[in-house]
Amino acid sequence: MLELSLQIGFVLISIALILSFYRLIKGPSQPDRILALDTLYINSIAILVLTGIYLKSSVYFEAALLIAVMGFVGTVALSKYLLRGDIME
Amino acid sequence: MNEWTENLLGLLIIIGAVFTLVGSIGLYKLPDFYMRLHGPTKASTLGVGAILIASVIYFSTKQDALSLHEILVTLFLFITAPIGAHLMAKAAIHINTEQVSRTKKYHSKNTTK
Repeated sequence: MLELSLQIGFVLISIALILSFYRLIKGPSQPDRILALDTLYINSIAILVLTGIYLKSSVYFEAALLIAVMGFVGTVALSKYLLRGDIME
Repeated sequence: MNEWTENLLGLLIIIGAVFTLVGSIGLYKLPDFYMRLHGPTKASTLGVGAILIASVIYFSTKQDALSLHEILVTLFLFITAPIGAHLMAKAAIHINTEQVSRTKKYHSKNTTK
């Protein structure tokens, strides 16, 4: 049961990654690309946590935590750049 | 690990994966930026939250001790997702991103136009 649902989860989240990657390439405006990057890092956190359960190892959470922190900083920096034309004032 | 826990884990993982996929489908399919903002920032956050709860239960039963460092990721994600969405919406309004014509009459009075 656990094995099967993990495999289904991997497939579904991989499709989600492909869809957000499509929006990152195609996205007509700049905020669309920022939003696609945001979705991409949230999906990669999900797939890292699933990998941690699949391989029975708890190392992957450190990576997930790092991606969460750095992704948030990246989103804020890019939005600030669009708002002000400058990141640090 | 007994039968019950395993079924609960499978259910949580599938719910989380489906919600994450729904968020990304919203990002792929909806017509303009202000609509697309709704998909990932709400549905995907819920999906990742469900997957992280599954991970907390799995590692707690495996080690026979409460495993709490996934809670950190959950807490951080749930705090920062609305802040990021707010900043992105503000940036999009600031640079006048295209709206679909049928929502143009709902333009806010507070914007800088």
